[in-house]
Amino acid sequence: MALIQAEQLTKKYQDGETVITALGGVSLSIEHGEFVAITGRSGSGKSTLFHQLGLIDNPTSGSLMVDGTDALRLTEKQKTGFRLKHIGYIFQDFALIPTLTALENVVLPLLMAGVPHAKANEIAAATLASVGLEGRGKHLPSELSGGQQQRVSIARAISHNPALILADEPTANLDHESSIRIMGIFKALRDRGITVVMITHENEYAKMTDRVITLFDGVIEKEERN
Amino acid sequence: MSLGPVFRVAFFIALRDTVRGNRWASALTILLITLTFVNLVIVGGVLVGLIESSSLANRVRHSSDILLSTPASKSYIEQSAAIISLIERTDGVVKYSARYAEPATITAGYKTKLNPKDVEDYARAVVAGIDPVRENDLTGIAEKVVEGRFLKPNEFGAIVLGSNLLYKYIPIDSPGLQTLDIKGVGEKVRLTVGGNNKELTVVGIIKSKVGEIDQRMFMNGAELRPLIRRNDLNVDEIAVQVTDDAAIASVKAALIAGGAGKFARIQTWEEAQPKFIQDIKNTFAILGNIIGSVGVVASSITIFIIVFVSAIVRRKQIGILKAIGINSNAIELAYAMQSVFYGIVGITLGMVISFLVIKPYVDLHPINFPFSDGIIATTWPSTIARIVALFAATLFAGYIPAKLIVRKNTIDAILGR
Repeated sequence: MALIQAEQLTKKYQDGETVITALGGVSLSIEHGEFVAITGRSGSGKSTLFHQLGLIDNPTSGSLMVDGTDALRLTEKQKTGFRLKHIGYIFQDFALIPTLTALENVVLPLLMAGVPHAKANEIAAATLASVGLEGRGKHLPSELSGGQQQRVSIARAISHNPALILADEPTANLDHESSIRIMGIFKALRDRGITVVMITHENEYAKMTDRVITLFDGVIEKEERN
Repeated sequence: MSLGPVFRVAFFIALRDTVRGNRWASALTILLITLTFVNLVIVGGVLVGLIESSSLANRVRHSSDILLSTPASKSYIEQSAAIISLIERTDGVVKYSARYAEPATITAGYKTKLNPKDVEDYARAVVAGIDPVRENDLTGIAEKVVEGRFLKPNEFGAIVLGSNLLYKYIPIDSPGLQTLDIKGVGEKVRLTVGGNNKELTVVGIIKSKVGEIDQRMFMNGAELRPLIRRNDLNVDEIAVQVTDDAAIASVKAALIAGGAGKFARIQTWEEAQPKFIQDIKNTFAILGNIIGSVGVVASSITIFIIVFVSAIVRRKQIGILKAIGINSNAIELAYAMQSVFYGIVGITLGMVISFLVIKPYVDLHPINFPFSDGIIATTWPSTIARIVALFAATLFAGYIPAKLIVRKNTIDAILGR
């Protein structure tokens, strides 16, 4: 069974009397251990699709199964719990909690998952080391470079071993060297069997994935295997 | 989701947010709670303390712990000697002072009046005949002499006037209020009491802020007694001091049981207070609570705004926390915990300022009101009630805005919509 199975997902917004269709019926299937890029021009609907797949927004219609669960039947609280267990989020602007150190940012979802504090610290430190941030755990986000912050964000997303990593433009705010490093980490995650779905508008990085889904005006324009 | 991780994560976030977050906002919130608490305690305490101090001064300077006075149907306390003997024998009594108290007229300037038809300079008041040593030992009244001196033992021809009888202390021109327009100490005055006249020299002026004292004249009891023809030694008042507050009821009961109640009205110091004192005390307590409540509401609204603005600013952060799987209850609880922290620190600081700085200072330097030396009257039950009210308001004001933001759709919170 596919990890993500979306059928005819639509998202419409009401702007006064005008109805704006952000997603016009997207159907896609993403397998376990696949590394997929979703691309498209600005306004193509890729972020809207990303929010639906990550269960942080509700589609207007359609169906969505994630890891065998009918995601649209879940309540808000259940969705939060589902994200904690099954999904790791990586944001374009890193979205780290500024009052928490790098280690504490990574520890947070582990504590929420019920991992004892000492064990959570251990896992978080090992995860930070796995993304090349050993010795940086005590730094606040403001004391880290953009690339380092993004790696903390990745560590936070993967620390609790989710089946799915969703990354929204993870390289948009990074220099080339840092971006290549991030892509290397994603490939390594894919090699560990974790599914990675990445939104990007940069072809160079999209080509490094297994499959590229291109959106245009809220529908899938094409799908290509790399 | 079990409560353990929710509580743990909430504490984890709250602690770090408080320690590493916006210190100005935290300091402002704490300062606000501190000032609100001080306002609650001090304003209410001063209002009640105004009357409380007046009431306590009346106890110290006039009634002492138990006051025996003339029943309404009698002219004096009959069997005074037997009652005094009973007082001396009663367990718990420390000391007492017996007083004669008769309505009298005091006149000044009669020697220098050129025209007999001119209006006389006079005042009407109660003249108290006392044993100066015993009275001062009981009430410390001599401390309140503001001009001249107090009476000496067995001193005849001398009188001490309460300040309310002198125009220079009460400079009010009213037909209903007669005061003496004299310089004070050293003046000759004529006392008319019981149909007898006696010329006396003013040796002192007393100003105690106790109406019963400042409205009286004092002279030696032995000198007053023949003027009022009280040859049976019966007196009009006996003020009794007992060992402690707990002894008041038992001594009163013993005096009644000993038969004193048949000849004298026996009241505790509280019962001897004019009823309006208690009424004013209650009114001021209500007024203090109203002012305090307005303070709590104003403070709650301000805390609400501070936390709401803080939550709005961190709306994206709240959305991200939800996106990475942090339970909304944990986020709300984190804000509530911060409010609890602000409440504890603010109230603690407020208590330190109120009870270790302001109250001791005012106790040492009472506020000089015209009718009392104002103190800050507080009780533990009222203080605890204020703590609970302010703490609840702080918690409410901190929790509600967080709840409002957390309830928003996750994506709306992240995108700041």
